[in-house]
Amino acid sequence: MNHLPIMPVMIPLIAGALLFLIGGRGGGLDRVIGVTATVALLPVALLLLQVAGTGQVMVYYDGNWSAPFGIVLVVDRLSALMLCLNALLALASLLYAITGDDRLGPRFHLLFQMQLLGINGAFLTGDLFNLFVFFEILLIASYALQFHGGGKVRVRATLHLVVLNLIGSSVFLIGIGAIYAATGTLNLADLAVKVAAAGTGQAGLLKTGGILLLLVFALKAALVPLGFWLPPAYSVACAPVAALFAIMTKVGIYAILRLQGLVFGPEAGPAASLFTPWLLPLGLITVVVATFGILASNELRRLLAHLVVLSAGTLTLTLGLDSPSAVASALFYLLNSTLVGGGLFLLADLIARDRGDAGTSFVTSQTVSSPLLLGSLFFVGAIGVAGLPPLAGFPAKLYLLQTAFLHPAGNWVFSVVLISGLLVVVALSRAGSAIFWRTGKAQKPATGIASLQSAATASLLLGSAALMIGAGVTTGYTQATAVQLADHTGYVEAVMENRGVVVLPAGQGGS
Amino acid sequence: MELILALLIGITTASAVFLLLRGHTFPIVLGLWLLGYAVNIFLFVSGGLTEGSAPLVEQGLEILPDPLPQALVLTAIVIGFGMSAFLIVLALRALGDLGDDGVDGGEK
Repeated sequence: MNHLPIMPVMIPLIAGALLFLIGGRGGGLDRVIGVTATVALLPVALLLLQVAGTGQVMVYYDGNWSAPFGIVLVVDRLSALMLCLNALLALASLLYAITGDDRLGPRFHLLFQMQLLGINGAFLTGDLFNLFVFFEILLIASYALQFHGGGKVRVRATLHLVVLNLIGSSVFLIGIGAIYAATGTLNLADLAVKVAAAGTGQAGLLKTGGILLLLVFALKAALVPLGFWLPPAYSVACAPVAALFAIMTKVGIYAILRLQGLVFGPEAGPAASLFTPWLLPLGLITVVVATFGILASNELRRLLAHLVVLSAGTLTLTLGLDSPSAVASALFYLLNSTLVGGGLFLLADLIARDRGDAGTSFVTSQTVSSPLLLGSLFFVGAIGVAGLPPLAGFPAKLYLLQTAFLHPAGNWVFSVVLISGLLVVVALSRAGSAIFWRTGKAQKPATGIASLQSAATASLLLGSAALMIGAGVTTGYTQATAVQLADHTGYVEAVMENRGVVVLPAGQGGS
Repeated sequence: MELILALLIGITTASAVFLLLRGHTFPIVLGLWLLGYAVNIFLFVSGGLTEGSAPLVEQGLEILPDPLPQALVLTAIVIGFGMSAFLIVLALRALGDLGDDGVDGGEK
């Protein structure tokens, strides 16, 4: 058996164990282990992307138990893409953190690795209960990371985050229980078969379970009316943590996409297209509310947190259009919004350091010490996130609107997305002019920006430009991903038929 | 048997929801515990109820209970336990830092 698919889980786990045993003493050792492990994730993710890009579905049978009895990890195009995105974002966030933010509280690197373990695991797993377990791992790490640095505002935000997510976990378990009671399996590939063959007698339990799961994923993805926890939490989180959290809402979106494609697809018997009628209205309302939030923000980090909600809403409404081309455009949008969203959180922190007491509020304050660097980074980030040419946000929005053109509810999508886009541009220009131009007092000596910090920030923000240059390759990949998701037979066959049990000749060890 | 369990899960969940809607951290911790119990029993019965059967396997028995929900419940209990411990510590920290056990951080 090829052990590559489990590496994105094993690397952070081993690094985390090492950090737990020999780290935590505040020396440089923590940083070395953390950065090494995070750098190592990148080639692994790229290798997986290369194999998955050929259309092959890799299946890893934990403990060599055959499906559907054991737990499987599955790498298809979607998983590999998400793993790559996570590896890139994590590396940039960690490089930013090692310039000092990691020393603000204990055990930062351990928690960071656990967070990566949970996120990677959630992208890899092919089992519903296992998805719950990885969600819990990423959540408990995120609680502690949210609190990293301490302080009153963070305590309050963390408390809300923890209580809401604990309730969410309970609902998740009830949903899992209902689905298990109806089908007798939790393996996603097996569920795809069993749900499609389910009789009307199990329809009630199945639908209840499915909608409860959608509720939980909507909570993670911060959709209205379950997303009001996000802006207060993300706007006070420590910068590298907030940057990494840019992918957390996308984990919820990923789970919706995965279950929508695999379990509750159009052929799923009594539970056919269970999620689809909810996604479009949920997404539209979320976009509207997030746009108001963006306009009402009086400081940059709060604005960015609302932008995260806006991107989750846009993704949800795109998935609600329910066609392979919609999924393809959603994935392209996801890549751009995650990288730029993460980068903007780092940039906001750089700006806050430079402006002293004013932080990122939109008030008159001293000039920033390096207006050229920060200003141009902000300009690039704002263009990338608002979806203006020449950066990748523009084709992302263009694909979305092209898909919506053919949909019966297209006029709603058009008006909401375009008006919200205009208002976001207005809010971002207000933010930029308030921070960089409305300056009064004389300039304080520069606090100095570490080159690593600006490099990490720039690399994320320029990810949008890189996506634009590689737009042909990327859209080719996302379209192939959407096709693969629409027809789940390949996934189901790979998991169920290749039973993983390797019969070895006598006298030989493990595979 | 079904009725008793259904009532048990229902009443526990209802009490948990009532406690969760209080504005202070201590009732919320209790509410989450209760909700955890209700969920665990629900998960346990999701494999179907068997009466007069061995907990796992016994030779000669016709109907065997489903072992998977037991494993799921065990995992859920462990995770729930860890989460509760974390929440209690966090609630104490919040009480210390904010000087109030209100979930909204107290009135201004």
